Amino acid sequence: MNSGPLLDIRNLSTHYVSAQGSRVVRAVDDVSLRIDAGETLGIVGESGSGKSTLALSILRVLPPAARIVAGRMLFEGEDLVEKSDAEMRQVRGKRIAMILQDPMASLNPLFTIGNQVAEPIQVHEGAKRRSAWQRARELLRAVRIPAPETRVGQYPHEMSGGMRQRIVGAIGISCEPRLLIADEPTTSLDLTIQAQYLKLLRDLQKEHGLALIFITHNLGIVAKMCDRLAVMYAGRIVEAGSVSTIFNAPAHPYTEALLNSIPRMSEGRERLTAIDGQPPDLSALPPGCAFAARCPRAMPRCGVEAPPEFHTGEDHRARCWLAAPDAAQSPLALPAEGRRGFA
Amino acid sequence: MTIRADIATLATPTSRFAAIRRYRAGDYPVLPLLILGIITFLAIFAGQLAPHNPEVGVLADRFRPPFWLAGGSAKYLLGTDQLGRDVLSRLIFGARISMIVGFTAVIFAGAVGTVLGIVSGYLGGWVDQVIMRLTDTWLALPALTFAIFLAAIVGPSMWNIVIILGITYWTRYARVIRGEVLSLKEREFVRLAIVAGCSKRTIMLRHILPNVVNSAIVLGSLMLGVVIIAEATLSFLGVGVPPPQPAWGLMLADGKEGLMVGYWWLTVFPGGCIMLLVLSANLLGDWLRVKLDPQLRQL
Repeated sequence: MNSGPLLDIRNLSTHYVSAQGSRVVRAVDDVSLRIDAGETLGIVGESGSGKSTLALSILRVLPPAARIVAGRMLFEGEDLVEKSDAEMRQVRGKRIAMILQDPMASLNPLFTIGNQVAEPIQVHEGAKRRSAWQRARELLRAVRIPAPETRVGQYPHEMSGGMRQRIVGAIGISCEPRLLIADEPTTSLDLTIQAQYLKLLRDLQKEHGLALIFITHNLGIVAKMCDRLAVMYAGRIVEAGSVSTIFNAPAHPYTEALLNSIPRMSEGRERLTAIDGQPPDLSALPPGCAFAARCPRAMPRCGVEAPPEFHTGEDHRARCWLAAPDAAQSPLALPAEGRRGFA
Repeated sequence: MTIRADIATLATPTSRFAAIRRYRAGDYPVLPLLILGIITFLAIFAGQLAPHNPEVGVLADRFRPPFWLAGGSAKYLLGTDQLGRDVLSRLIFGARISMIVGFTAVIFAGAVGTVLGIVSGYLGGWVDQVIMRLTDTWLALPALTFAIFLAAIVGPSMWNIVIILGITYWTRYARVIRGEVLSLKEREFVRLAIVAGCSKRTIMLRHILPNVVNSAIVLGSLMLGVVIIAEATLSFLGVGVPPPQPAWGLMLADGKEGLMVGYWWLTVFPGGCIMLLVLSANLLGDWLRVKLDPQLRQL
């Protein structure tokens, strides 16, 4: 394999365009990300920030109204944006797999478990039914389903929620993908099952050398699961870096606000800190920074000029004027106002 | 004592008691199944069961009443018609025509409608537009007039009737199935199949089709009644099954003059047969609808 990153997304933009073309929703806007083999990347952001659209863009399974309008996605050196639909089908499920938001509903009620776990193996590897079922049994064992010999012949409604969840995990890894995208896989689970499932995902990741993209709005899970973190706001990545860097020293006020809004038992705070205001309408973004209206440390410049990405350290970048190094502060559109803000 | 006995009965129901209760709860549509079973049996073994040739009569024995009336005989249990043909034999052979036409037309219409409904609902876009506008146009045509028009073109024969009824009634399947598919394709298991790399064809065949089969079967059992009536109507109007053959609708048409002069058995028996068959098909359809719906089944 080549030594570069497993997946390298460069300046990806995915827009939803209305039928008349009059409204354009910038769900994913100029996103650059990379993930190395075996690594776990967390993507956090509030609802509607473009996390799921980003995930669907990677697999190119967007709804009809959405278009990838710009950017490249280099997966093991191949640009996924350029691939034909038939070529993408070879990627989906085989090299990049995905676990959906509601794994409980991800199983077809009419087919046995074995049938559904074996399906991707049959589709992608042309395996015979017998050997695919044999693999299915092994996979069920791998996700710690007791008595897989009998379970393969059963139907989804005969399983508990946690088991169905693990079966969906088994389907995800059935063709030994290099990258697994998990889109909020634990939101529909209670806490104990959630913890079990996360542990299982981590174990599977270690055993199979999977890279994992973990989409969530739960920063607690990110702290436990992820090596690196990307924070999305209004379709853009506002901050990205290693989990420890960002948790210890967030560079973007939005990340800071997110971290402050985690409930903690120890601090004796009575009220949770919420972020004031609403996320902006993605079809009518303000000219400046999208977070400016809600930002406690907004400067006049923020309302006029959108900040580019600044590198604030090794593998740590943020889209915020506060993170701008001195050198980047000189070419201002509105120099006077901007400087005043910084002083 | 009585109360205790009642409790004992409720707690440990005998098998017969349980069976009765199950029937009462509407668990098995015994009567419709029985009627359909008898009619199917008659249709299959018509050749062995019918006492007379259904198409050839004895003119000397015209207008014989059923055996229990004065002038009736055990030779013609349900009487004879204006050509001296045995009504019972004609009814038995008529069952064969009704069942063949009913089932094949329903299956034909169901196959066409289900395929178009799945393709239309799943692919969407212009394919959906074309198929649905076609369906709308089809539904705007008065079904029976359309069927008569077709029959006038291709000429009357039993298999032509099957094709005509299939062409006339596929739209109902297409509409219902498309609606089901629209909601099915948003379900997570279909999206999982997409992200697992299944092609559209695989998804339609493996994930969509099995999930709409129930609806198609239920709709089919309800359509059975509609189609049988339509066949009888076409035959009654003279554009259905051609005359020497004993279709029930044709028997009604032939017997309608006799009704005025008291030969009631020529119309009441075939009319009753049509009614029983259609009623049974509809009751069975209602039962299937409840039985095959997973949400209702879990009750």
